[in-house]
Amino acid sequence: MHAGMSDLPIHIDQASVRAGDVTILDGVSLAIAPGKPTILVGPNGSGKSTLIRLCMGLIEASSGRITWGGRNNQGERCAMVFQRPVMLRRTAAANIDFVLASGSRSARDERIAQLLKQVGLERLRDRPARRLSGGEQQRLALARALALNPDVLFLDEPTASLDPAATKAVEDIIRSTSDAGIKIVMATHDLGQARRLAGDIAFLVRGKLTEYSTSEAFFTSPATPQAAAFLRGDLVL
Amino acid sequence: MSEGANAFDLIFSGEAKLYSIVALSLYVSVCAVALAAFVGFPLGAFLALSRFPGRSVLVVTMNAFMGLPPVVVGLVVFLLLSRSGPLGHWGILFTPRAMIIAQALLVLPIIVALSRQTIEDLWEEYRDELNAMRVGPVRCVVTLLWDGRFSLMTTLLAGFGRASAEVGTVILVGGNIDGFTRTMTTAIALETSKGDLPLAMGLGVVLITIVLAINAMAWGVRRVGELRAG
Ligand SMILES: Nc1ncnc2c1ncn2[C@@H]1O[C@H](COP(=O)(O)OP(=O)(O)OP(=O)(O)O)[C@@H](O)[C@H]1O
Ligand SMILES: [Mg+2]
Repeated sequence: MHAGMSDLPIHIDQASVRAGDVTILDGVSLAIAPGKPTILVGPNGSGKSTLIRLCMGLIEASSGRITWGGRNNQGERCAMVFQRPVMLRRTAAANIDFVLASGSRSARDERIAQLLKQVGLERLRDRPARRLSGGEQQRLALARALALNPDVLFLDEPTASLDPAATKAVEDIIRSTSDAGIKIVMATHDLGQARRLAGDIAFLVRGKLTEYSTSEAFFTSPATPQAAAFLRGDLVL
Repeated sequence: MSEGANAFDLIFSGEAKLYSIVALSLYVSVCAVALAAFVGFPLGAFLALSRFPGRSVLVVTMNAFMGLPPVVVGLVVFLLLSRSGPLGHWGILFTPRAMIIAQALLVLPIIVALSRQTIEDLWEEYRDELNAMRVGPVRCVVTLLWDGRFSLMTTLLAGFGRASAEVGTVILVGGNIDGFTRTMTTAIALETSKGDLPLAMGLGVVLITIVLAINAMAWGVRRVGELRAG
């Protein structure tokens, strides 16, 4: 619809998300601009997934403001891979076909084959997607999100249940996707991965954006004691 | 024992009358379920996905109407279609059409209530993913109906079971006219009251066999489908 209009930059301005009397995100301000991947880190329950949902327009901010490419309406050119992706009740190939908007049958089949190959699932093309293993489903979800040709790709712990080889493969995909000009925003618990991929790091603690800096600054000289403790592997409360 | 033997004799002697009764029963119930599904699935999907004032009243009503007494539905349809009723000019009382309409009304709440539940549960699971894929509302409904197809098939079976088993509505609006609106259930009721137990038994056996066969077929379709689609 807005084929020409980018969803970038995404401006999050003092956004809070509350559910009942629980504050899940607390006055977060963040700009997501073109460039190297933005990586979200922080302890369990700190609000990473919620921040991604907010950016995707899946939930609304209780207060504060969010704009996509300067517009108030949520972007059409964002895609995401959920922490626990949902597979449609059809084959792996059909799950990708579902999001391929147009094109001839043969063009779509070619694109499906290419995407499946990219995530290393070409053998499982005709398997029911729901029968795939957790890691296979996560990779299929990545292929499905890439099929949307987004401007921004949100990844919620995309390698959490992958074996080392698949993790490396997905990191390669993330790198090449990023190099192709697609903005990556990713939550991860793997600090090594964050260091390998990040342009900048957003560090969340209990719903607050506690630190936001370049990857280098975050890992070499964290500005807050919480970030320093987090990097040491201490419990951050 | 001898009565049972008579019943089987009847079935396998290929009596034309018996077949016409069986055929009409199937025709009426299948049409009724198809009609109810045509209206009921979209309605169930709409109820599952929408939020509006009075929705819960409708949901509870549909759930309660799953247990509507057939005789009451028959009575209402009878009054609507009788010569002095609002739809009397259709002139379809005591025809198979009237029976189809009455059974469809009986089955509709089952289809709406069960499909609403199925689709709502599936929507709960799919909502974020479909929204993230920017799928429009109409395509959402189509996707949910398709992905819920195996559960929805069970809903159809439940509807068919209710339609094919009931006597009350078809006897009231059909009139149990020999060779025209006589179904298996109304024939069983009639033959039993006349004391022709062998024929009643034979029809009973046929009815149960048909219901079993249809369910077995549906089970097979579901197994194959689930193997292929998960
Ligand atoms: N709808 C909701 N109602 C109430 N609490 C919620 C809701 N959604 C999320 N929360 C809470 O908000 C907090 C943040 O959740 P979120 O999923 O964003 O964390 P996360 O940083 O992604 O954690 P993880 O690393 O475990 O994935 C959690 O404590 C969670 O229990
Ligand atoms: Mg999370």
